[in-house]
Amino acid sequence: MSDYNQQMIEQFRGNFLKEVESNVEEGEWVKMCMQCGVCSGSCPFGPHWAHPPQEIFMMIREGEREQVLTSDSMWMCTSCYNCIVRCPRGLPITHIMHGLATYAKRLGLAPKEQPTAKFAQLFWDNLTKTGRVNELKLGLALYFMNGFSEGIKTSLKMKDIGLGMWKTKRLNPMEMVGGHSCKDTKGLQAILAKAQEIEDAKIGRSGA
Amino acid sequence: MSEVIATNQTILVVGGGIAGMTAALEAAECGKQVILVEKNPSVGGRVGQLYKYFPKLCHPKCGLEINLRRMKANRNLRLLTMTEVTAVTGEAGNYQVSLRTQPRYVTENCTACGECARAVEAEFDNEHNFGLGKRKGAYLPYSLAYPMRYVLDPRIIGTDDATRAKEACKYDAIDLDMQPQETQITVGAIIWATGWRPYDAARIQPYGYDRFANVITSVEFERMADPHGPTGGKLLRPSDGKEAKNVAFIQCAGSRDRNHLKHCSRICCMATLKQTTYLRDKYGDDFKASVYYIDIRAIDRIDDFYQKVRADENVSFIKSKVASITEDRETGNPVLNGVDTEGYHRYSNPHDLVVLAIGMEPSVPAGEFPVDVVLNEEGFVQQDEANGAFFAAGCSSDALDVNRAVQNATASALRAIQVVNRVAGTEV
Ligand SMILES: Cc1cc2nc3c(=O)[nH]c(=O)nc-3n(C[C@H](O)[C@H](O)[C@H](O)COP(=O)(O)OP(=O)(O)OC[C@H]3O[C@@H](n4cnc5c(N)ncnc54)[C@H](O)[C@@H]3O)c2cc1C
Ligand code: SF4
Ligand code: SF4
Repeated sequence: MSDYNQQMIEQFRGNFLKEVESNVEEGEWVKMCMQCGVCSGSCPFGPHWAHPPQEIFMMIREGEREQVLTSDSMWMCTSCYNCIVRCPRGLPITHIMHGLATYAKRLGLAPKEQPTAKFAQLFWDNLTKTGRVNELKLGLALYFMNGFSEGIKTSLKMKDIGLGMWKTKRLNPMEMVGGHSCKDTKGLQAILAKAQEIEDAKIGRSGA
Repeated sequence: MSEVIATNQTILVVGGGIAGMTAALEAAECGKQVILVEKNPSVGGRVGQLYKYFPKLCHPKCGLEINLRRMKANRNLRLLTMTEVTAVTGEAGNYQVSLRTQPRYVTENCTACGECARAVEAEFDNEHNFGLGKRKGAYLPYSLAYPMRYVLDPRIIGTDDATRAKEACKYDAIDLDMQPQETQITVGAIIWATGWRPYDAARIQPYGYDRFANVITSVEFERMADPHGPTGGKLLRPSDGKEAKNVAFIQCAGSRDRNHLKHCSRICCMATLKQTTYLRDKYGDDFKASVYYIDIRAIDRIDDFYQKVRADENVSFIKSKVASITEDRETGNPVLNGVDTEGYHRYSNPHDLVVLAIGMEPSVPAGEFPVDVVLNEEGFVQQDEANGAFFAAGCSSDALDVNRAVQNATASALRAIQVVNRVAGTEV
């Protein structure tokens, strides 16, 4: 568990709703939920999440900090926006889900083996290296996410799609060596570092 | 129409529903001169469309009948049907009001024998039954209409049907040359009692009111239950005419929702509880009612009623706002999809029929008032000094049940009486 997590536990002393309101994007909306259930019933993920949004909001109010932040639920959100469109109280549910996921990640509580979380990290690492997404490397990294033999199997399964993409110039095998990049990779990385610094300062984590 | 005499000591009441009738009668029975205008051919308003009244479950006929008797007996009250207010100028104690009266094509000679209706062939959607079923082009608005006089639909004027109707009438009561009439009157105070209308259910897209035959509104269900209604009192599925015995009720359909009406419509919880008793009345023990709700708002003394319905083993309550309705193509059954709040169980429940407990909105939308008035966020008329002697009564002031609409109408009558008394005092 990170120092930052410990720091937040001490600061909010069991008032998890307050913690969410101050630290999670759009968190101040959580208390507006009237527990009608429309969001949960509208989610295309149906029964596949541990806790649908309505339940997550109730758990936050109940102070179930650990269960919420380590849950994989927020990571299941596909941003379809069905819930936002239908919520009778106008809660920006999708944004809150992403806000919670981001916060859990910062605290070091996000589930380690959750595929969406893993993919998000792969995507980020891939993109920030050159300023361009390297489709080939990203794809392969994704296939090999769950180990080598699993990766080989998936690659073989996807081979025809890969060939098709190559033929229609959607995929370049040369990307394997280096690959294309934006004009000023160094500059981009400096921007990102600065953004991280500002964000860290904002959440009181500088030096942490 | 004979001369309408009015002075700035006259009170104008607009809308002849239960609230408008009450306000008009209270004022007239205090000796004030009252003109009551109603845009429909009959007074009665929405109450005339109910099968039974909560909380006592008596027939609305009783409530209406008493008022009609009071109306017939009172010489201070002048009723103008098929009339609307087109413009208002002036101020408290002295308003100039323009009225427009549509032709009824039937005079006071009418005995309501119904010969004209038998002679006419053309049929139109029956508005009293919310478009369920048809009525003739010459018709009595409904069995308890007042005035008890037939009407010719303007769409048959100039056709053979109009001539047939005229020839069929033994009392020479049909006048095909009637024209719209404009009237100017002066009044001292205005009571606005134009009531409510059901929210447009088709706008609640996930519920598919416009796509699925077996999704109806609570007002339509009310008409179906009525023996004088379009199905003769049978609760039938519109898709195949089969009896609906497994009925779902969806609460807050269009209410308490930022995408629709923000307010709680207040009466729909009670209306649903009442409607579950219709099922028991018709089918005995052979029915199933499922009420999907956010929370049940059966206010104050009405809680007893709620407890009684709760105790009915054939009525179940599911704490969940239904997320969407789909249709089982084979059976025509609407399937309700959602997650319940007590345990977060996911459900997909088929029912024979779904009744949307539809919300109430003001019948006159903001921007269509003949004079500037202060409205609240939901479009109901506010009690506000800036409104001068323009007072709302009944559901034009808020979503109310009959009991509260009537109380509120009496209060408005008193306010209007104070204004015309002041006028009278200064003029002596
Ligand atoms: C499904 C359902 C069931 C209900 N059941 C019950 C129940 O069991 N018990 C109960 O207490 N309440 C019940 N209610 C509520 C009840 O219908 C209202 O309280 C009642 O209708 C209010 O009366 P009102 O006179 O204010 O309005 P309305 O009944 O709407 O009357 C308004 C009148 O004004 C006229 N009008 C409209 N616009 C104009 C205009 N521009 N110019 C002239 N005239 C105009 C209309 O034609 C109408 O006659 C129910 C409501 C619903 C939706
Ligand atoms: S739809 Fe909105 S109000 Fe309803 S449970 Fe979900 S977040 Fe809460
Ligand atoms: S009365 Fe009941 S059904 Fe109607 S809006 Fe209020 S809570 Fe919803």
